Amino acid sequence: MSISHIDGPLALGSGDEGRVRPGGVFARPTTSSGWRSWVTTVDHKKIAIMYGTAAAVFFLIGGIEAILIRLQLAQPNGKLLSADLYNQVYTMHGTTMIFLVVMPLGAAFMNYLLPLQIGARDVAFPRLNALSFWTFLGGGIVLNSAWLLGGGADGGWFMYAPNSGVTFSPTHGIDLWVMGLLITGISSLVGAANLVTTVLNMRAPGMTLFKMPVFTWMSLVTQMLLLFALPVITAALFLLLFDRLFGATFFDVSSGADPLLWEHLFWIFGHPEVYIMILPAFGVVSQIIPVFARKPIFGYPFMVFSGIAIGFMGWGVWAHHMFASGIGPVSVAAFSVSTMFIAVPTGVKILNWMATMWGGKLKFTSPMMYSIGLVTMFTIGGLSGVSHSVAPADTQQTDTYYIVAHFHYVLFGGALFGFIGGLYFWWPKVFGYFLNDKVGKINFWILLVGFNLTFGPMHVLGLQGMPRRTYSYNDGYGFNVWNAVATVGVLVIFVSFCVFAWNIVHSYRVAKRKAKGGKLTAPADPWDGRDLEWMVPSPTPAHNFDVIPTVHSLDEFWHRKYAEGEDGRLVRVAATEDVVQKGDATDVHLPSPSYWPIVLSAGLPFIGWGLIYSLWLCVVGGILVVAALYGWVMEPSTDPAAGHDHDDHPEPTDPSGDAAEAPTDASGEAAPTEEAALVD
Amino acid sequence: MTETAAIPTDVHEVEPGPMHGHVTATGISNEKLAMWGFLGSECLLFGGLISTFLLYKTRAAGGETPHELYDIAFTSISSFVLLMSSLTMVLAVSAIARGDNRATRTWLATTALLGTVFISGQVYEFTEFLNEGYGYTHSPAWSAFYTLTGFHGVHVTLGIIMLLSLLALSLRGRITHDNAEAVEIVGLYWHFVDVVWILIFTVVYLIK
Repeated sequence: MSISHIDGPLALGSGDEGRVRPGGVFARPTTSSGWRSWVTTVDHKKIAIMYGTAAAVFFLIGGIEAILIRLQLAQPNGKLLSADLYNQVYTMHGTTMIFLVVMPLGAAFMNYLLPLQIGARDVAFPRLNALSFWTFLGGGIVLNSAWLLGGGADGGWFMYAPNSGVTFSPTHGIDLWVMGLLITGISSLVGAANLVTTVLNMRAPGMTLFKMPVFTWMSLVTQMLLLFALPVITAALFLLLFDRLFGATFFDVSSGADPLLWEHLFWIFGHPEVYIMILPAFGVVSQIIPVFARKPIFGYPFMVFSGIAIGFMGWGVWAHHMFASGIGPVSVAAFSVSTMFIAVPTGVKILNWMATMWGGKLKFTSPMMYSIGLVTMFTIGGLSGVSHSVAPADTQQTDTYYIVAHFHYVLFGGALFGFIGGLYFWWPKVFGYFLNDKVGKINFWILLVGFNLTFGPMHVLGLQGMPRRTYSYNDGYGFNVWNAVATVGVLVIFVSFCVFAWNIVHSYRVAKRKAKGGKLTAPADPWDGRDLEWMVPSPTPAHNFDVIPTVHSLDEFWHRKYAEGEDGRLVRVAATEDVVQKGDATDVHLPSPSYWPIVLSAGLPFIGWGLIYSLWLCVVGGILVVAALYGWVMEPSTDPAAGHDHDDHPEPTDPSGDAAEAPTDASGEAAPTEEAALVD
Repeated sequence: MTETAAIPTDVHEVEPGPMHGHVTATGISNEKLAMWGFLGSECLLFGGLISTFLLYKTRAAGGETPHELYDIAFTSISSFVLLMSSLTMVLAVSAIARGDNRATRTWLATTALLGTVFISGQVYEFTEFLNEGYGYTHSPAWSAFYTLTGFHGVHVTLGIIMLLSLLALSLRGRITHDNAEAVEIVGLYWHFVDVVWILIFTVVYLIK
């Protein structure tokens, strides 16, 4: 085994895997098209597309909730929603947007781009990758099933104790909320372990950590944060769940519990979480801006180290969410200072993006517009954020619309603008056709106006004293005008997303017409890009790279096209067509699809529902999970029938082809047996 | 993390050890790296639960606190049993590295047995406390005690299942010298669970 990789990078280590076939029922699926290929896929690109699609569906749900909130508040004494329903709607809106929209959108970009940017054929554990997605979907369904099962959770996305106890929230909304988040937590944990391993282990030859693209770096930091932040919320969710279901007394004040425990645990997770949401978007714009400024990213090491610094400092600021909870003057002062400090690495990033654009040959395409949108809108959100770090001011701002304005500027104006820019940027790479750029710009301007109309006035409302989470306000408080403006704004945002959806459909139709019924293809490198993902054809072939590139520098692909002349000017050294790959390798051996990730994931929601409603459902879920674990372990690690005679590979490395076939279970149970399945 | 930049990333230079089937940029196999990541994550899960216990350990709603009911002598013995299981785990890893399948099976079985003894001790301890009238729902102190030690017990149980799976696979001839790393990775998990117990025993049982 130790010398096996010499035999051929894509062959199984033992070389005699044909004998490993324990039972026909465990044969692996082989379909590569149709719906079956999607449910059994382990291809990181298909999984990324599914993440994106699921996020879009949840975005629709969360968006409808947002519109309901704004319609309720459009006028004083709104009658659209009752106080109870309003609580449910804003709770589910926040939870959905954070856990089911922004996080999976980040996961979609990371899944698609990480292997491509580091020159790999897939992630480290392709089956675990599929498991992550299906588990995420299951968690989202459990969370939203509350709407059909007696009402959503109603304690706010932060779910403060003791308000989240059975006494104050007797429906099952919060139980389902906890279950949903625990299940999506499993998904994120599995994904984090997988992607961290991928980035560290599967880099192409020559790609040292400091030759990785900024997006890859930000994703690595994000996944590290997930790896260490998720268990904290998991612990807190278990405490809450045991309180609600089994009568534990973690948050029962009458028997001596301290509700502040929840706040601490929640925000120790919750603050890293905000960086988990924003760092991938920072990574996206760090890819887009250099391309359209036609300059390398300014201060690459600063970019990377500020990301790492945010990753570390993000752990030391959680109590700034709790300035009003009476944690004492020393704590307040300490967390005030650390919060001011964390603005520094963020500011470094903003200034580096501006310096990247400075003096560049700017091309204002749609992705670039959204990126500039992020830089400006996030800066506004960042400035209001720093104003929270001033504890006396924060005490005034706490629980007002000023806070709502702040986090929408950073998450909508930041993360979402970045992701939409990323969609316009990488769309041709993923789907083989361009989104219409002109429509994209119209889309951008409508969104920018709508966004500022909606959330800009909330600064004023907050400073006027309008409380958050209030379901109505009286006439004569002076809140009428700005609330009406915000409601108009949300409708403008709605229009802009309709334009976006129309753009997707329309551009697809136009491309189909041009292709005359053939396969949609776009140029491999439409934007004159800088990183390895532009080296493969669009859409990306299933095997990613015909030949794994050897990396010599940061912006490897760019340097294969351009060099610096004697006068310091850019000189083209190779035509793009000559440096991109054809995507025509046919004998690359890829990890086979598998039924078991979706089966395992399907069991989890039943266990969740079962714990709440009937233990019989737990039995169903448990059988599914155990059966899937057995199937997972017993199925051959790759389909022996698949050809893999790709031995004379010109470049003697492909960690993915080999390693990708040995997934391991996140909790570790399946690891040993999985290993065993590899070798006869 | 940045120090990993110093690790040679040119795979030509990475000499796979006898336990490594894969060529990776760090030289550590994917499975082992992912296990390390997972264990890092687990630290914070137990960190949260231990903090909860420390906050609540005296809040027994007027009743006796866990500290007043501990049988330190008994728990010391079961802790010793669990620590010895780490030794037998090491012996199992060493045996598979030598290619000694018989010894591997013996030590895997011993490790699983010692783990089971520990779990039995925990069940006995819980039953004793229940008989004293201190159930899960008694007060924050007791909820926190059962949750923390219970989570650890579940981890040990999962470890035992993994060990028995290894044993079964070894008997079927599917765990050999070639994939000795599988045993090593389960060993990592097992040692982690033991280390957590050292922490719990100290913080929860010994420190007043």
